[in-house]
Amino acid sequence: MSRETAPALVVDGVSHSFGSNKVLDNVSLTVPQSTFTVLLGLNGAGKSTLFALVTRLYDNISGEIRILGHDVRRRPTEALQRLGVCFQSKAIDPDLSLTQNLLYHAALHGIGGRDAKHRAIEALEKVGLSDKAGFKVRTLSGGQARRVEIARSLMHRPALLLLDEPTVGLDIGSRESVIGIVRSLVQKERLGVLWATHLIDEVSPTDNVVVLHKGKVLLSGTVPDMVKAAGTSDMRDAFRILTGTTHAEAA
Amino acid sequence: MSVVAATAAAAEAELATHPKLGPSQYWACFKGIVWREVLRFLHQTERFFSALVRPLVWLFIFAAGFRQVLGVSIIPPYQSYVLYEEFVAPGLVAMILLFNAMQSSLSMVYDRETGTMRTLLVSPFPRSFLLVSKLLGGVAVALLQVFSFLAVAYVWGISPPPIDTLKLFTAYASPDWLPIFGAITDPIITDVMRVPAFMQSFAGYITVIPALVIVGLMLGSLALFMSSVIKQLENFAGVMNFVIFPMFFASSALYPLWRIRESSPMLFEICRFNPFSYCVELIRFALYGQVDVVSLIIVLGCTAFFLAAAVYAYNPSKGLIARRGGPGGGA
Repeated sequence: MSRETAPALVVDGVSHSFGSNKVLDNVSLTVPQSTFTVLLGLNGAGKSTLFALVTRLYDNISGEIRILGHDVRRRPTEALQRLGVCFQSKAIDPDLSLTQNLLYHAALHGIGGRDAKHRAIEALEKVGLSDKAGFKVRTLSGGQARRVEIARSLMHRPALLLLDEPTVGLDIGSRESVIGIVRSLVQKERLGVLWATHLIDEVSPTDNVVVLHKGKVLLSGTVPDMVKAAGTSDMRDAFRILTGTTHAEAA
Repeated sequence: MSVVAATAAAAEAELATHPKLGPSQYWACFKGIVWREVLRFLHQTERFFSALVRPLVWLFIFAAGFRQVLGVSIIPPYQSYVLYEEFVAPGLVAMILLFNAMQSSLSMVYDRETGTMRTLLVSPFPRSFLLVSKLLGGVAVALLQVFSFLAVAYVWGISPPPIDTLKLFTAYASPDWLPIFGAITDPIITDVMRVPAFMQSFAGYITVIPALVIVGLMLGSLALFMSSVIKQLENFAGVMNFVIFPMFFASSALYPLWRIRESSPMLFEICRFNPFSYCVELIRFALYGQVDVVSLIIVLGCTAFFLAAAVYAYNPSKGLIARRGGPGGGA
């Protein structure tokens, strides 16, 4: 198998507990390159813990996590070089300009000087914010700030992009633009994307879906697989039946 | 399992796409982290002024008031009677470093609650390198504050004396002074080198820099360790009360220790075991062109200890954060 086909992310048999509380139970999933995979789960399903393990905030004690083939525990440097993340909470400096934020992030990956500046311009173009390069982040709208975060996570040209509930708190227009940008990146950059959300309407019919519930993977496949497994006609009902929730909770 | 095995082979072929992290990458990373800290500080003018006003209030009001009350006898490194303002200046410099360190640890607790700390930690560089770079960024900010303070003090007429020779000062066991373990009864002062004539008048401002960096690093690593232990911002006010004020007041920053000893032998012992006292003394001697060897050893030892504790706390496999489920918390 060559680099062309190595999955962007492989999670294999990972469990994790905080004390006696088992947050993840034998979780396995794969994000192939150039695909948009939705990690679907209600609040408290274990999505953020999974992200913390993939980003090596703490070690996975059981199982294996590989980013483009690199084990995050054994080869953290190589793995993290190929990983881009947008965390749930904002991680950019409101008082610095867009470019300054991006240059800082480039530095965190050992990229400096002209190369970094060139990449910053390129990244801002990708998210459609070139005209705001010198503005302070504080002056941006919520959706624009999210797009800066995406630009930031692209600076080191990762193979895998993780996004933890990236549309929380955004209005419908900004949400659509953020989703649209990430989907176009999947096609243009061969990026593997793992998009964590609890919002079923962010799933498009062609996406891969992983349903995580109470620390377990209930289903991993395509949208038709999910509908079929639940025996329903539409994915909203399917998600509800799989997770055993009522209308109000899943909305 | 077959997927995992096959991807391992692919990994080897793909390694070339991202460069190995060599010295120039490390340098770019270090520069970027320090640059961001300084830039953020310069954008927060209120923080700059409050950082400057605090020691100046002490210097102008407290010290002026106490000048008559507190006589300072001739203790090293002083060779003649000094004004109380001159005695207290190194303590106030150390206070700037202390507040700055605690403030940056406060920002780290805050950073943890937002995503900034996590952004730092997903960098591919070794975590210890990232944390030390961040600490040195904090020290750079502290140096800006210290020199602004020293500039105002200079205008007020308080400055280190001209220095003609750099000296090593090895501690003695006099009750007036600090050492925890002192068998030597007299100070041993060794000349190291002569200062070129043109530099003598401002040499103290240069010799103090290494002391400031070491002290800043020690207080920063203490704060960093604390930031990993504190769960939430709300706990931090308590830490200010339980760490900053006791550390500052039970030290040689505000009064010579022989004075403390006269009023309370117990407090005197506490001051001797307070690492902050040695920070103050290291800075005090450095301003006079002298290296206080015992203080240097103690401060370096504490730095190593606190830094190791902080790196351990942030280590993904062993650390406190892993056990607890932070930073950013939540499942």
